[in-house]
Amino acid sequence: MPLKIALPKGRLLRKTAALLQKADWRLDEYNSSISFYRPKSEKFPGLLIRVFHEKDIPIQIAMGNYDLGICGLDWVEELLVKYPSSDIVKVKDLQYGRSSLYIAAPGKSIDLKQNGSPLRIASEYPNLAEAYALKNRLSRFSVFPVWGAAEAYPPESAELALMGVEDTAEITGCGLYPVTPVLESSTFIIANRNSHSKPDFDKVVSSIVDAALSVSRSVSEGKEVAAGQEILTTKYTKDMVRLALPDGHQQQQTVELLNKAGISIDGYPSANGNRRPNIAIDGVVVKVIRPQDMPLQVANGNFDLAITGKDWLADHLAQFPSSPVKEVLDLKLRKVRLVAVVHNDLPVNDNDGLQRYNASTPEPFRVASEYVNIADKFARENHLGHYRVIPTWGATEAFLPDDADLLIENTETGRTIARHNLKIIDTLFESTACLIGSTEAADDVKRRRMDYIIGKLQAAAGDA
Amino acid sequence: MKIQRCKGMRDMSPDTMAVFHGLKGICRDCFTKWGYREVRTPTIEYLHLFTSAGTLTPTMLGKVYSFLDWDGWSGERVVLRPDGTIPVARLYTESMPGQGLARLFYVANMFTFETGDKTRERWQCGAELIGVGSAKADAELIALSMEIVNKLGLKNVELRLSHAGILKALLTKLKITPEEQHKVFDSILDGDTKVLAKVTKLVPELGEILMPLFSLEVQSPGFLREKRESICRVFPEIGSALGDFCQIVSILDELNIKYKVDIASGSGFEYYTGIIFQLFTGAEKIGGGGRYDALIPSMGGGDIPASGCAIYLDKLLTLVKDETVLQPSAARVLVKGSDPKKMFDTAAALRQAGFIAELDLDGKSADWTLEVKGSGALTLTDKAGKKTDYQSIEQVVKLLEAKSAS
Repeated sequence: MPLKIALPKGRLLRKTAALLQKADWRLDEYNSSISFYRPKSEKFPGLLIRVFHEKDIPIQIAMGNYDLGICGLDWVEELLVKYPSSDIVKVKDLQYGRSSLYIAAPGKSIDLKQNGSPLRIASEYPNLAEAYALKNRLSRFSVFPVWGAAEAYPPESAELALMGVEDTAEITGCGLYPVTPVLESSTFIIANRNSHSKPDFDKVVSSIVDAALSVSRSVSEGKEVAAGQEILTTKYTKDMVRLALPDGHQQQQTVELLNKAGISIDGYPSANGNRRPNIAIDGVVVKVIRPQDMPLQVANGNFDLAITGKDWLADHLAQFPSSPVKEVLDLKLRKVRLVAVVHNDLPVNDNDGLQRYNASTPEPFRVASEYVNIADKFARENHLGHYRVIPTWGATEAFLPDDADLLIENTETGRTIARHNLKIIDTLFESTACLIGSTEAADDVKRRRMDYIIGKLQAAAGDA
Repeated sequence: MKIQRCKGMRDMSPDTMAVFHGLKGICRDCFTKWGYREVRTPTIEYLHLFTSAGTLTPTMLGKVYSFLDWDGWSGERVVLRPDGTIPVARLYTESMPGQGLARLFYVANMFTFETGDKTRERWQCGAELIGVGSAKADAELIALSMEIVNKLGLKNVELRLSHAGILKALLTKLKITPEEQHKVFDSILDGDTKVLAKVTKLVPELGEILMPLFSLEVQSPGFLREKRESICRVFPEIGSALGDFCQIVSILDELNIKYKVDIASGSGFEYYTGIIFQLFTGAEKIGGGGRYDALIPSMGGGDIPASGCAIYLDKLLTLVKDETVLQPSAARVLVKGSDPKKMFDTAAALRQAGFIAELDLDGKSADWTLEVKGSGALTLTDKAGKKTDYQSIEQVVKLLEAKSAS
């Protein structure tokens, strides 16, 4: 078994690539425009290199899929705080990609001991958020794991956000206060506890560490921070409609749909990262969050309507079958298929074949997906015996065939899947953008306002 | 592929279960005779039942199995019960309000996420004495616990006493912030016996006077009472807690219950407010308990004092002698025959008479084998292989009764 290393994409990619260049790794492809995730090093030709989303790396090391990894300490601690006996060794601080995790709140101080309703914490780091809550003896709390934009939740949808920033000005820039630092993070090289005896382990580690030491600690690049913007929160009354709009990929098509529906929104998409654009409909407030997080937010009554994908609604309902969230309207946008994918070399072409293959292998079957609950349901319904769902944060194709046996993925054309030498063995369902809402009863005035928006969107979607 | 049990979990074989039932039976019998009534609480509770300030230490909370329930979209977590006392206190608050004094006991499993190969599911049998705060009540629980370990045939059980009130008073004397005091208190409860010695060294003049509180030597009865005055003179804040402690101790003296005083060994739960006691055989802790007057008030259950104890059943499984706890079981008879109806009827008659009657399915023999002939005639074969013929089941029963009596 060759020595294996997991490198980060995203935030740390550029500096990691520079470090490895300094260490003379001579990588053939590891740059910001990569679409493949399998670089090779001329210096260490026997080394197996894969590129992952940073969040996935500690799990890969802990599972023993990889011997070494480079990622932020924050994601290592997020894993270790919940699973302290994980087989991870923090080898060395590489001293770049610094960030701080802060508890941020709308006010300068927070009443942690508040009784009655639970204190809500929104975070991409749910385990660290829970550890913070336990350590500070919050008597009752809820942690909302979010895919991103944790800063958009307080004050309306959460009391606190646990967020990672390079500078506290980023927090004040969102109209929040940095209340307590929770963790100082920088980039680490980590290793699996049992890997150190592997051939080349020491050579690879010291080549990275030596290069890191020789990099004179560069002056921290003062990132420009948007001038402190004040959160313009409208006082919420129960007749108001709270609408959530998506950021990211879905944004452009949503803007076009809203234009077509004659709904004008000022500042969406926003040039300066403002997540509270103004809508020209009386009694309606808008917030921009991740589509993945919307079903949970609607279930909790933080939003009345939200534009997300059927895929994320299905994932939410697979986890919480009795959730009050329902699809209100199919917006017929962004049509993708959710598919089950295996490597071309796997002798499996359909679900029956999958079951037979699974029954004949002694190893636990590994299902990787961004949609953990859909993937879990798929595995149950197809009677996969001993299986594990590996949660991922994108770049899922890189997992096959070494680090997973099956993917549950979305695809528009199937081209990316084919390019990675993978094949589709099942289509679970077709997903489009949709408007979701709650089955809970609403105030009369609010109901009329919601119906107005639904009507407009329905007309626009009908033309599509 | 062989599927194995989860890490940290245990199976109990029929033989182990027999010992387990014997153990449980003795505990249950003692509790019942002292007037305790059995309750059962659910395996799953809300996490916030245990996070409310002053119920479990953060270390213990870090080890609970917590997860989102099927309707957990609010983010509120549920847990597998990590402790027995808190749920019983909740049950009392929720289902027995205004009932005053209640003596309750339970047999239940607790779950903690221990690392490595340590046990993650533990069984315990515990009693809660709710609604009264007196030295007599604390002594009752200690005496009851001692009675149980004696009935279990355990020799050399060591009773160690500490007191949460004394601990807290001591901590206020150290020159550390309230937050640090809390931390030290938590470490003591989590079982760190050294931490108090370490911090008391910082205040040497205190250490000398307090020496008797940290000794592991057996004190002569009355020793502490004599010391009490001198301690209170230099350290008046400790007075009421020490007074409470001495009252309990003097009852134990009268009951001739031996104990060791070691304030630093206050391992236990954060909800303890008064006496903390622990039972050891060798290095193994087999039970313990304490007073928790603030727990029910913190749940909104009103100003109701309480104390409790627990016996750790799974630790005792390997420590007790089987013959001490195993209940004599009825004689076992294997019923053979070719006519199923006759076999079933004969077996039913044996069971009616109090014997264990097993139907022969695999042709093997047993201590007692009873063959039913087609004619209805019966042949009983004993351990030695001696056969005797009988005409009626009554005759067989009579013989078996005579044999099991002898």
